[in-house]
Amino acid sequence: MNALLAAWQLVLSGDPTLVAIVSLSLSISVTAVLFATAFGLPLGAALAVLRFPGRNAAVVIVNALMGLPPVVAGLFVYLLLSRSGPLGGLGLLFTPTAMIIAQTVLVTPIVAGIARQVIEDLWREYGELYTLDGVGRLRTVLSLLWLGRFSLLTAVLAGIGRAAAEVGAILIVGGNIAGVTRTMTTAITLETSRGDLALALGLGIILLTLVLAINATAQFIRNTARSAAAI
Amino acid sequence: MKRWVGSLAFACLILVAAASSIAAEQPFITVASTTSTEESGLFGHLLPAFTTATGIQVHVVAVGTGQALKIGERGDCDVVFVHDRPAELAFVEHGFGIERHEVMYNDFVLVGPQTDPAHVEGGTDIVTALRRIAAAKAPFVARGDDSGTSKAELRLWQEAGIDPKTGEGGWYRDTGSGMGPTLNTAAAMDGYTLSDRGTWLSFKNKQALKIVAAGDRRLFNQYGVMLVNPAKHPEVKQDLSRKFIEWLTSPAGQKTIADYNINGEQLFFPDANGRSS
Repeated sequence: MNALLAAWQLVLSGDPTLVAIVSLSLSISVTAVLFATAFGLPLGAALAVLRFPGRNAAVVIVNALMGLPPVVAGLFVYLLLSRSGPLGGLGLLFTPTAMIIAQTVLVTPIVAGIARQVIEDLWREYGELYTLDGVGRLRTVLSLLWLGRFSLLTAVLAGIGRAAAEVGAILIVGGNIAGVTRTMTTAITLETSRGDLALALGLGIILLTLVLAINATAQFIRNTARSAAAI
Repeated sequence: MKRWVGSLAFACLILVAAASSIAAEQPFITVASTTSTEESGLFGHLLPAFTTATGIQVHVVAVGTGQALKIGERGDCDVVFVHDRPAELAFVEHGFGIERHEVMYNDFVLVGPQTDPAHVEGGTDIVTALRRIAAAKAPFVARGDDSGTSKAELRLWQEAGIDPKTGEGGWYRDTGSGMGPTLNTAAAMDGYTLSDRGTWLSFKNKQALKIVAAGDRRLFNQYGVMLVNPAKHPEVKQDLSRKFIEWLTSPAGQKTIADYNINGEQLFFPDANGRSS
């Protein structure tokens, strides 16, 4: 009850700190998912339709990485971006960019894994038709991506869900710096640490509401597009 | 589909632009510090005053002292502001940090459940209190995260002649987490724990916990600040960082620290006095 009240008061107050935290959370997660989609879709499509030695191993690796613990992804990116690491010269650690990189690492396998499954199923069903028609591989893949667009939207949504909800990776590479790299989830972690459980849960409710809104919008788009396609 | 992707990309651009405008292009330094300075609310009070005075922003990464020193060692911050004197001196000795200054102190307190099963309440001798807890096999929730508080706690056990590891899996519960989560755990399992006074006072989920022992001189908790050695890491923002250290130890900075209180109780006591080592 206190949490609901805290959430409501936070939203009502229009607190600029809260607005900044929410917009940072969204921009990091959405940007990461865009990158992950840009990498993951072609990767998934390639794994679905190309036959090459080591393909099975690659599929297993991508599927396994779908469950990559965020803290491991964070540690990996931390060591990469640390001043003492290979990319230290860029000075990206403890910036929003570092958080986008870490989340891209996390989300790419999810998009790639789901995309591979979707496209492979479509390829099994329609592949022969394309081959008989003499359509090139690239055009086939593009066409299959279009056919599977609604299922692929699920892959993207799963990615957004993963990115918006995780805290392990961005806490390590972002440092939870107030006003710079503090997001919804790292703020929830901090408030839990301070024992302000009502505020922490209040922030959690806001985060859930946002994720819910994103999913509802996607569902709406999907339904509208489907009925439009049916006509 | 294309239009949809296009508008999504556009929305993202706006969001990114909004996010980067938050991180305004003001000069800033990165300070690795402890959870106690952040969670107690001290930084929320102290840093805006410094930024107003100098125009320099301070990005605080609040972790345990052990991890903060590691961040400094790797050159990922400009300043380290922690509370574990022996570890700080070793940090300077190994050439990772320079210009160490003492800034302020407070003390650790032994916190325990209202019911006080080990009968330690009212004691001022921390070693006796710890012996009673061990003898009663009353739950003790430990940090176990290489933080300043964790190291202070382990030194106290040593002084008591008790190896808490023998109680592991039983009454000694090593949570490997920050002060706040440890207090949350202690509150939930009616355990004892050692906390810095700052975090304790600002902690909001005390439930049945209260201070059961305090005031022993061995519970003294000194905070020190150091510049990460620019000779090892040339990216360190020396000039801005020196301004921060100078301000912290200046009369203005010291007064701002002394002014911070919760319900009238002062959390940190400045003791810079120009001393350094």
